[in-house]
Amino acid sequence: MSDMRYLHRADLPTLFSAIREAGYRLIGPREETGQGGLVYREIDGVEDLPQGVRDSQAPGHYRLVKTGSARCFAWANTASAIKPYLYAPREKLWRAVRKDGRVHFEAVEREAAKTAILGVRACDLAALELQDAHFLQGAYVDPYYKARRERLLLVAVNCTHAADTCFCASTGDGPAAREGYDLLLDELEEGYLLRVGSERGAMIAADLPLQPASAAQQAEASAQSEACARQQQRALPSQQRLQQLDALLEDARWTRIAERCLSCGNCTAVCPTCFCHREFEVPALDGKSTEHWRDADSCFNEDHSYIVGEVVRHGSRERYRQWMTHKLFNWVPQYGRIGCTGCGRCTTWCPASIDFVLEANVLLGLAAAPEVELPHVDGSEAAE
Amino acid sequence: MKPANPYLPWEAEIVDRIQETPDIFTWRLRFTDREVARQYGFKHGQFNMLYLYGVGEVAISVMSNEGEELLHTIRAVGRVTRAMMELKVGDHIGVRGPFGSAWPLDVARGKDIVFVTAGLGCAPVTSSIKHVVANRADYGRLVIMQSVRHRNEGLWEPQYDEWRSLPDTQVLLTASRDKTRWPHWHLGRVSVLLDEAQYDKQNCVVMMCGPDQMMADTSRTLVDLGVPGESIHVSLERNMQCAVGHCGHCQLGQHFVCKDGPIFTWPQVAELMRVKGY
Repeated sequence: MSDMRYLHRADLPTLFSAIREAGYRLIGPREETGQGGLVYREIDGVEDLPQGVRDSQAPGHYRLVKTGSARCFAWANTASAIKPYLYAPREKLWRAVRKDGRVHFEAVEREAAKTAILGVRACDLAALELQDAHFLQGAYVDPYYKARRERLLLVAVNCTHAADTCFCASTGDGPAAREGYDLLLDELEEGYLLRVGSERGAMIAADLPLQPASAAQQAEASAQSEACARQQQRALPSQQRLQQLDALLEDARWTRIAERCLSCGNCTAVCPTCFCHREFEVPALDGKSTEHWRDADSCFNEDHSYIVGEVVRHGSRERYRQWMTHKLFNWVPQYGRIGCTGCGRCTTWCPASIDFVLEANVLLGLAAAPEVELPHVDGSEAAE
Repeated sequence: MKPANPYLPWEAEIVDRIQETPDIFTWRLRFTDREVARQYGFKHGQFNMLYLYGVGEVAISVMSNEGEELLHTIRAVGRVTRAMMELKVGDHIGVRGPFGSAWPLDVARGKDIVFVTAGLGCAPVTSSIKHVVANRADYGRLVIMQSVRHRNEGLWEPQYDEWRSLPDTQVLLTASRDKTRWPHWHLGRVSVLLDEAQYDKQNCVVMMCGPDQMMADTSRTLVDLGVPGESIHVSLERNMQCAVGHCGHCQLGQHFVCKDGPIFTWPQVAELMRVKGY
């Protein structure tokens, strides 16, 4: 614990300038104007941070609440993960030029901008580790992901507040970050505890007016983190217990889920570990060249499992089953652990309020199926 | 050979083209970059991603690699392959590969070899059959079973006749929808051939390629007949776009069919293929 330092809130702008001076563009949490949600976007200064804002989340529900607190990171998580900054939702892979009957292929070699992300959550850090395993550590390396990953600076902030949809304590990924960050902050009432996680982070920390952290401050940080874990109402069964889903592929519960699931793919779009993408061509109108692109795809789309003349997973029952069993069971032999880090976004952003954790528990006989299965209705919304 | 960017195709020229049936054609391809041609090597059963300019890519098994030329037999059924059928000798395409797992020809040494294919499933085993024929002494009996709907959709009948004349070799052909029974031909699905096939059930390697249902049914029958499940190998087809285990479309349970497959042992996929729509 000797490596902990303290940064007063009044000195937070020095972190911004140190990151800027190191050549990074700065991404951080901010209120999306008119959208009522927090997102990771480019931020200019401390004034862009969501100070005194907390998120209220439930299945199918996300609202921001003003608290009047001086804290800037007292929210649980953002609408979208940090994933789009590494694995782009839309990307040009290469270009082909046709000339004199020949086809010439040109790779898109793009220099990734040095990017710092401030306010990264433990769940998203753990998810990033899984995306690294998928895109970088297999037999083939994804050069586009790699280019961005190598020029990334991660400033994580431990959670002090869990949303009703959070369950990272049960997956073992939060609410405190363990590794994978360059700098890690604990936000206290008056300022920040700061830990260095890498050489890259150390170079930033060297430029900050840091003070030694007191034992009281460290105790406050631990207490916050523990309280945040206790606050979590949802829990995923253990990885071992989840293996039993394998024997439940024909369970009637999948049909009950499919009666509500719209196959919209929102859950896969906000999931920090989902990696599916489709490839497609964008030919130029003059016919002289064409571009090969990829777009984020979803296993909820009809053509995801298309093979000539047939769609393997033809309904919502088959697609939700594919999604859940991949995350909670089939991911283990692929990447050594489940593919869920407990962020809860799939549940929050489901327009049919399907509760991922609850459904896993219902399937395994660990929870009773809810009697009324209607989308969450917010009183204030009804009044609008 | 592994390029720095696994998504980027190499250019190849169509040096010959054979229209096998009204909707099946074979391309003989040559990489235009001599260095690529020299380094390219594939294992029997692997596939390439073939790219048509401005249209897209499609996964096609390598039929053979003769000298520095690649053979691919393609059925025009989808958006990409229908457009590919319009190409002529001298046209250029893109090729990435080879990808995926291979037929177990090494462990098959000394054992009876059984090929069971349906329709165009005969193409992904062609190079393996040729390998066994060329190294006949290394293997036991050779049994080749192929089923088609109609005899006139069958490919390479003269080739099958040639194989039939080899020692310790049985070639069994069947047409499931024909009314007339031709010499050397049976009527019915591939299951009618299993009774006639002669091979050592305890000491054989089965290599199978065809529709999911045909492979599942045949594998179960073979296991009932006493063939160990581990001796049965099936080549699966799924939606493949990246071919390197990244795009996620080809998943079957824990497997990425493009990189863990397309060739699996029957026990690896038996339970998964039992679950409809998985």
